[in-house]
Amino acid sequence: MTCELTQSRLHAYFDGELDAMGASEFEHHLESCPDCESRLAAEENLRTSLAGAQLYARAPENLRKRLQISLPTAAVPPPLKDSRSSIEKSWRWLAIAASVILAVLLGTQYMQKLNRYSQQQAMAEVIVDAHLRSLQPGHLEDVISTDQHTVKPWFNGKLDFSPQVQDFAADGFPLIGGRIDVVSDQPVAALVYRRNKHYINLFVWPSTTVSAPEVAASQRGYNVIHWMESGMNYWAISDVNRGALEDFVKLTRSGR
Amino acid sequence: MLEQADRARFEADVMPHRDAAYNLARWILRGRAQAEDVTQEAFLRAYRSFSGFQSGNARAWLLQIVRNCCFTWLQQNHVAEQMSEFDELTVPPKPENPESLAMASYDRERLQRALEDLPAHFREIIVLRELEGCSYKEIAAITTRPIGTVMSALARARQQLRTLLSEPVPKGAHLDL
Repeated sequence: MTCELTQSRLHAYFDGELDAMGASEFEHHLESCPDCESRLAAEENLRTSLAGAQLYARAPENLRKRLQISLPTAAVPPPLKDSRSSIEKSWRWLAIAASVILAVLLGTQYMQKLNRYSQQQAMAEVIVDAHLRSLQPGHLEDVISTDQHTVKPWFNGKLDFSPQVQDFAADGFPLIGGRIDVVSDQPVAALVYRRNKHYINLFVWPSTTVSAPEVAASQRGYNVIHWMESGMNYWAISDVNRGALEDFVKLTRSGR
Repeated sequence: MLEQADRARFEADVMPHRDAAYNLARWILRGRAQAEDVTQEAFLRAYRSFSGFQSGNARAWLLQIVRNCCFTWLQQNHVAEQMSEFDELTVPPKPENPESLAMASYDRERLQRALEDLPAHFREIIVLRELEGCSYKEIAAITTRPIGTVMSALARARQQLRTLLSEPVPKGAHLDL
């Protein structure tokens, strides 16, 4: 079966674009079709090569500046009128002093926010690298098991925390294993899930912040979602589409 | 000119997709300098027509403008490109040996050259799917083609990419990213 229809179905399956019914039909077909199976492996190889080659060209600094400058600037509010009396003047000085203090305060807050933002950006980069590393042959999982009761104890003694391990096979995200990874010089638990033929890495490690809302980003073609919960850092990353990754995160957080 | 609120919305919704815009332009146009110019032009256009964009997928909306600017640029500058539609693009597929393809390893330079040698419409679709991680629906919106066309074009683009990868490397060829 190498007709055009099978071919585009194979690609739709490979890209996670078939609905659950279509995907399971195709998987059924795969079982009896070694040709499609090796074609799928060839596609996977091409994708891993493309992802590993880091072909994504980010906007150069120079262009970022050009973009910022070239957009028409918003209207600037008119300057304040001059006041005359000395009382008014002293009030003005007070007001200026107050606004300077306010500006410094806001500035610090803004810088902290900015700092947090760029820290998250940098961390997302690190997570993408870890994900790519894990896709190299033989790196994905150290313990291969679809059984959460095998995977969870495997981490015991290897880490100074115990990650929650759940299997979502019934929801289309089977657990396929786990491994210890190193992210920013820190050992972390990596749980590996599968969505059709796509892999999802869920990185978990303790955090000093108790909880933080979900932040989603797209880096070098990968979707990344980060959140903190019960004093743990969570980073989910995959090449599945954003919607599917959000579904996965929802399942993880519902903690069934 | 945009209202202040719209400008803030533009900064928040559209500006973060600078990388996506530049990356797409860089691959369609195959050059850094052109890609910078066209990206800037696309952002200006996007800015001017932003009031018409109410809500939805800002990345897809921006990328549609970027790719239109790119193809206009290619036409205006008479770049020798295979600009024909998908049906005429496909070279007769060589017999493939999937087993060996699953094992083949390609280095970065090789992949870059093969991707650049693809016809423009195929480059675009590979970049959107593999580098940008767009869904079929998004690619369909960006390229204004039906999803079915996107699906079959993607299959053929991948096949042609592999054909190019299996060809011997020409000597002395060098490209920079």
